[in-house]
Order: sequence, then C-alpha cells, then structure tokens
Amino acid sequence: MSKMPIRLTVNGVPHEVAVEPRRSLADTLRDECGLTGTHLGCEHGVCGACTVLLEGEPVRACLLFGVQADGRAVRTVEGLAAADGTLDPLQRAFWENHGLQCGFCTPGFLMLATWMLEQPEPVDEARLRHVLSSNLCRCTGYQNILKSVRAAAQALGKWTEVAPVR
Amino acid sequence: MNWTGRRLPRTEDPALLRGEGAFTADLAAGARAVRFLRSPFAAGRILSIAAPDLPPGALLVTGADLEGVGAIRPELFRFNYRAIAQPVLPRERVHFVGQPIAAVVAATPEEAEDIAEAVLLDIEPEEAVVTIEDALRPGAPTLHAEAPGNVVVDGTIRHPDCEAAFARADRIVEFSLRSGRQNATPLEARAGLAAHDRATGRIRLTASCQMPHMLRTGIAALLGMAEADLQVVAPDVGGGFGQKMALFPEYPLLVWLARRHRGSFCWIEDRNENLIASAHSRDQIHHLRAAFAADGTLLGLEADILANTGAFSCYPTTCGVEPLMALAEYPGPYRLPTYSARARALATHTCPAAPYRGVSRPVVTFGLERLMDRAAAALGLDPVALRRRNLVTEFPHVTPTGLTLDQASYVEALDRAVEAADIPAFRARQEAARREGRYLGLGLAVFNERTGYGTPAFAARGMGIVPGYEVVDIAMTPAGEVEVRIGASPHGQGLRTALAQLAADRLGLDPSRIRVIHGDTDRTPYGWGSFASRGAVIAGGATQLAADKLAARLRRAAARLLQAEPDSVTLRDGAAWAGEASIPLTEIARRVHQRSEQLSDLGGFNLAETASYDPGGTFSNACHVAEVEVDAETGHVRILRFLVVEDAGRLLNPLIADGQVHGGVAQGIANALLEEVLYAPDGNPLTGSLADYLPPSAAEIPHIEIIHMETESPETLTGAKGLGEGGAIGAPAAIANAISDALSPFGVDIAELPATPARIRALIRNAR
Ligand code: FES
Ligand code: FES
Repeated sequence: MSKMPIRLTVNGVPHEVAVEPRRSLADTLRDECGLTGTHLGCEHGVCGACTVLLEGEPVRACLLFGVQADGRAVRTVEGLAAADGTLDPLQRAFWENHGLQCGFCTPGFLMLATWMLEQPEPVDEARLRHVLSSNLCRCTGYQNILKSVRAAAQALGKWTEVAPVR
Repeated sequence: MNWTGRRLPRTEDPALLRGEGAFTADLAAGARAVRFLRSPFAAGRILSIAAPDLPPGALLVTGADLEGVGAIRPELFRFNYRAIAQPVLPRERVHFVGQPIAAVVAATPEEAEDIAEAVLLDIEPEEAVVTIEDALRPGAPTLHAEAPGNVVVDGTIRHPDCEAAFARADRIVEFSLRSGRQNATPLEARAGLAAHDRATGRIRLTASCQMPHMLRTGIAALLGMAEADLQVVAPDVGGGFGQKMALFPEYPLLVWLARRHRGSFCWIEDRNENLIASAHSRDQIHHLRAAFAADGTLLGLEADILANTGAFSCYPTTCGVEPLMALAEYPGPYRLPTYSARARALATHTCPAAPYRGVSRPVVTFGLERLMDRAAAALGLDPVALRRRNLVTEFPHVTPTGLTLDQASYVEALDRAVEAADIPAFRARQEAARREGRYLGLGLAVFNERTGYGTPAFAARGMGIVPGYEVVDIAMTPAGEVEVRIGASPHGQGLRTALAQLAADRLGLDPSRIRVIHGDTDRTPYGWGSFASRGAVIAGGATQLAADKLAARLRRAAARLLQAEPDSVTLRDGAAWAGEASIPLTEIARRVHQRSEQLSDLGGFNLAETASYDPGGTFSNACHVAEVEVDAETGHVRILRFLVVEDAGRLLNPLIADGQVHGGVAQGIANALLEEVLYAPDGNPLTGSLADYLPPSAAEIPHIEIIHMETESPETLTGAKGLGEGGAIGAPAAIANAISDALSPFGVDIAELPATPARIRALIRNAR
C-alpha cells in the first residue's frame, strides 16, 4: 500500500516520515519514529496504554491515524524525563509510591496524569478517580497509581481536599 | 544496615517510567511479521486450506508443512489422567474457535493480515461440546479418543469414616456453585520474536513468558533440535498472572520459521486473540455437602468438583491443575475430620484452561465461605463464631489430604478483621439503610494460601515435568559489584529489588551494588519462574543461601588479608571488619581476581558460588471483609469498603507486598462482579474485546485497606510466605457473602460468579 509523507513534532523534535494511511498514530510513533514507549494493550480504544498528548490533549494513539498527526505536535512518555534521564515530579511520585508493577500501562497513565496536572483546575479525589478511570491497569489495583498522582498533585500545589479520602 | 523489610522503591522502575522498557514488541524492528489464521469453528474437519497468490517473500505455513514436529502432550501419572495431544498446527480437525490452523508471514503485520483474510479455509463444522453439562451428556461427541466421555482427569479421595460423620450430623448443608470462565488478561498480550543467528546457527526466542527455561526445553523437544541451540529470553513482560506459563503452539512455530527460513519472525498477539485463544480459567461447578453438629462443629465434607478445561491440556501443569488443586486444598484453614471428594477435568471445544492467579482457590474459597455463612444461618449461629470454632489453631496441623499447615494466624487474622470492620456499627447502619429501602451487606472470607512449594508438592500431583526448585548463581566482579543470576523469571513482582535487599544484608553491601539478572536462558541457571506465589520464598531462599556462601568466601579472604580469624570477621558497610581493622570488599574482590597468588589456596580464582532451594511449602493466610450496597432495582453492586488482614510471614519489601495484595484484590473483585468469558451454544466466543470482557477501572475498585500480620514461617529460609495470589483468592468469596447478606431480606443466595446485575436481578425476581 502506498505511503504518505507527513511531518510531525514529537516531544519538540521534528520528524518527517512516510506512513501508510491505514497505520495508527501509535504504530507511526513506534515504528516510524522509533519511540516504543507508547504501548498497545488493546488497539480498540479501551485500555488507554497508548495515551499520548496531541496538541496538548490526551488521545488514544491506537484510534488515530498517523496521517492525522500531520503538521501537529505530539508528546509521548519519552518526553517527560530530562535529557540526562532525571525523572520529572510525576515519574518520581510513581517511583516512590510503587505506582507500577509490570510497567506496561505506565506510559499511558503518565501522559493522562500529565495532562490533568497541566490543567488550570485543581485536582480533588473525585476528579482524580474520574480522569484516571479512562485507563486500565491489570497489576496495581489502581491504589498506588492514584496515590502517586495524588502525591504529584500535592507536590505541584494542584491538590485540593474536597471530600475525605475513603 | 537492615535492608530487608524496608519499603525500598524498585530498581526496575526508572527505565519503565521513562518509556525505555524493552517489551517484546519493542524489539521487533526488522523482523518479518507473522499472523495466525485461527479456526472460526469450535469443532470441525479441515477439508482444505488454499493459499491466495502470495506476494514475493510471503509465506503460508500449515500443519502439512510441519513434518516431524511433535505435538504438545504434557503428562500426569496419577488421577486417571488421559494424555491428549495438541498439534502445533492441526491437519485434520479443529477443536476451538481461535485455534491456530495456519501462519502467514509477510513484511508487515498489515500485509500479513491482508493475506490471512484471503486464505480460503474449507472446514466442515461438527457438533460442539461447550459447557460442563454438554461434556457430561451421555452420547456427547468426544473430543479426544484417548479421553472417553471427555473426562481427562478423574481424581478421588475417599475417607471411610465420611459416611458415619454424615449419619451423626445434626445438620447437613448442601448446595452447588458455579464460577464463570475468566481470562487473566495481562495488559501486554502474548508476543514472540524468533531470530536466527547466522554466525552461530542458534535461535533466540524473545517471548512475553513466565517460564523461559521450561519454554526452551519444551520447544527443543517438539522440534527435535538441540536445546543448546535455543536461547529463550523473557524481556520486560507486561503481566502474566499464570497465563504466560504455558507452552503455546505459537512459540514453537516461530522457532520453526526462524530455523527453516534463517531469519527473524515476530508475532504480536492482538487483544481479540488473547481473549479467545490464549488461556482461560475458573470455569467450574462444585457440589458441596457438609455435616455439622448443632454447636457448629464441622464434622465432614463431600465435594464434587467439575472443571471445564477446554480443548487441550496445558503444558507443563496439565489441565489437572485446576480440579486437582481444588481436590487437595478444599479443607482450607478449617479443622475437617473427614473428607471425600471427586474432581474431574472435562474437555470441551473451548479455549484451553491454564493457571490464573489463585488457580482453583478463588472458587474453593467461594465454596467454603458460602458454606460457613449458610451453615451459620441453618444452625442459627453467628457466622464469625462458627468460623472461629472450626479454624485450625494448633500447628503443625495435617489436613485430611495430607498437607501440613505450618504456623499461621487464622483465628487472630479473623479477630483483627472483625474488630477493624466494627460489625456492630455496620449492623446498625444496615438496619437504618433497610428502613430506607437500601440494601447494605457485609461479607467475610477466611482462607489460607499454599505458597512457596517446591518439587515435593508438584511430584505429589504426579506431574511428568516436576517444577519447584530454584537455583541462584552469585558472583562478585573484580570491581566488587555482585551479580545474582536467578532461574526464576519475574514480570512485575519486583524481585530484582527484593532479592537485592536480601543479598545486601548477607553481604554487608548497599543494594545499589547488586544486580539481579533473570529471564535469559543463556545467562541464568536452569529454573522455573514466577508463579504459585513462590518468588520471595524460593528464589529468595536460594539467594540467601548463595549470598551466605559468598559471604563466607569473602570472610576467609579478609581474615588472611587482615591476619585475623575467619570467625571474627564481619561484613558491613561494604567492608570486612576484624575488630577495628577493615578492608573494603572492592579490595578483596580485586585481590582475589588479580592477585590470586596471595589467596587462591583459600578457594580458587573467583568469587562465584551457587545454591539451590527446594522447600516443602508454607501457608500464608488472610481474612477479607467486603461491605457492599446492592441496588435491588438494578442489581448493581457498589463496594463501600474493602479490608484485608494479610499474614504472609516476614515481608521482604512491604511496598511491593502491598502492591501484590492490591492487584490480587482488584482481580478478585473483577471475578466477583464483572469479568466473564462467554460462549454461544455453538462454541463461538462472545467476549472478544475489552468492551465485552470487562476488566475494572479505577472507578470500580474501591480503596483497599491492608493490615499486615507477620507470623514467620518456620518452613522457609527467609521466614517469608508467598502472597502473590491471596488477594484474588479471598475477594470473590467476601463479595459473594456481602451480597447475600445485603439481599437476605429476599432470601437471595449468591451461588454463581460473577454476580452481574442481570444475575442479581434474576435472583431477586425469582425470590419475590
Ligand atoms: S491500545 Fe489504545 S486504547 Fe488500548
Ligand atoms: S503495572 Fe502492569 S498493567 Fe499496570
């Protein structure tokens, strides 16, 4: 099948690649851009492992075509840590709070939570659960993912106690 | 410095957090893509498989091409096991929807899918056997000639005094229960990449698996190749929960392709394949009959256990794993004077069963803990008191099936849970809610979890392949770091961290100086893997033994260098000490390797040791408490509170231990309320996507409270008991009891899981 040339920016780095129009954005990132941190858990839009930020908004990279990212900016998990590998505050919170086990769902959760923490509104328990329930994790029972994001929100001054944690 | 027991963040994490983990699909660049063509029929005769015009470079492989390739045929030498064979690719018949019947190879996955869709399959459908009832029906089609009546395993235990116990009983409680079929659903589905190395002629299979050494042995035997020419690597593995233990036909096919065509071949399973064609579990019916005295004393138990184990028998555990674990472990933590049971594995035209976290024990615990509540109601006794009366309190205790229960805290854990749950306050809330037409319920589940068992336990099952021991090679490099090579193969359990903590204490070294190496048959000693809640106990014990041997070597060398007695030397803070004098371990390591003329008479030219460990096993225990609200109009269940009192002995790393409990409980909640693999009567799977098969999200999983108790096991070297499965074992029973309690005004009894809204509504309707 013929390929289409596209240009996209991933984590601030411009990429010019040729993709088949039927290839997903996730496949494009993984295979054409060599960024395998974006994982595929279902390829039908349920699990959220493939979550990336497209023009700042969280999207399922398995449900978009690569060509839809032509001319647009994508952020993936590889863009979170500093160039020397130093973890960002959210990644650190996941590390300290055991927010991952096998780590397969982790990139998706990190991108989803990154988006949430960049929004102007503060995060409370209800919003935390609501937003994070977009993605699936099979290992952690979510307890330590919620705890990690809560800790990061607190460290970033984004947390608000509305209802008691229960 | 005591590293063991600390909540140390894991060394595994930073790479995974940066998206730099290496899962199988991340390593596939340059490989040709493999797509499996899967049977659309549950049962049928293959008439022909006609290839379309294949583009250059593409391949279609069918069973006819696999001359000389063996069939997967695990053995069990007890319990009337009938060895049945699973071909890598079938030539004559298909046995379940999703069974691989051909493989297409192309440059890209998309191209391979296009070709696969154009292949003309001519299959003549036959009558399918789908359910337990189907399989047992007189005159039902037989899947395998070797297994008449579709019975693959038929194990019995008969105690002669059982009938007398029933004759003496004041009350007999009898009921059946059913557990729906589940899929372990690791978030990373299966994946394999087989690569031929031209320089050596060897094949490297990188696979998302739990038992790399076993996979290597099994594949080499099937293909008749030298085992030494096959390397199996388990890279980062995105969850397994038992599903990735088995030897699946897809992997030998990949290795066959790499050998035959001298190239790299990659198969990345998609979610639909994983849901219909990897491995299922828990599809069981139990019939229980129990004899009680009027005071609530359990006098005897009879169990009839039926397990739908699908079309084939999983390698290496065999399809006996589910029914036989139920057979052996039904007594649970209770004093049971006499017991008779029969357990059968039944072949059906469905996806084969394999172990899934907890194996049969979630169903067994569902049965036993419903029994306790039902008996309490029948006898007019308090369910907590009834449990307390029957729980084992003296250890060691030998069960009627010959298992020895080591020191545990069955009653104490129950008491802690009852206190923390504050049952009187709950009853008041329940009363008040009922007056408003709301239905709250509270359910308990007490259980023990057999963990950390070595070869004796597997040998007792009569397995042809007896897993169980673990071997650890430990060595200090000339620069003074320690490498620990383990045969086990973790995939999310944090063993790299926990084992480094253990070794650090034995060697007086910072864990950051210790590397745990696993998941590569070229770089690790032969071993089994991470399953059956065994990592901390068995790999931990072997690590401890190996580290002790290395520590003794270091002490001897230090004694020579410090001119002291070996017994007076201690290791701490990265140095060996004799009184005030000390020498850094790095210096000892350098001298042993590079100034061997000074030290080699003390034990050779290196600092390498090996140790193995093969324990008999231990039992951890727990009590789960669930508080739920059931909407009687919709049948919806909301979990208001979930409490776990867990006793897994000594905890090597409580941070990791908590995570294991959380993950297990979430899977148990899913088992209780949400997840079920469904088949149409003709054997077509109805749950082929995550929109139909429903793993829970953060919205469905409540806050999970954990209280740890630490009764150290006298049976294990580390004092640890395993806890990987417990969460999944207790939660279904606790929730089933809570729902039954909530709906007691309707006389509803939960006897089938998952308790979906439709099922709960039907129960309420029928009760009214
Ligand atoms: S892979 Fe995109 S949502 Fe699951
Ligand atoms: S950590 Fe394994 S799926 Fe989330």
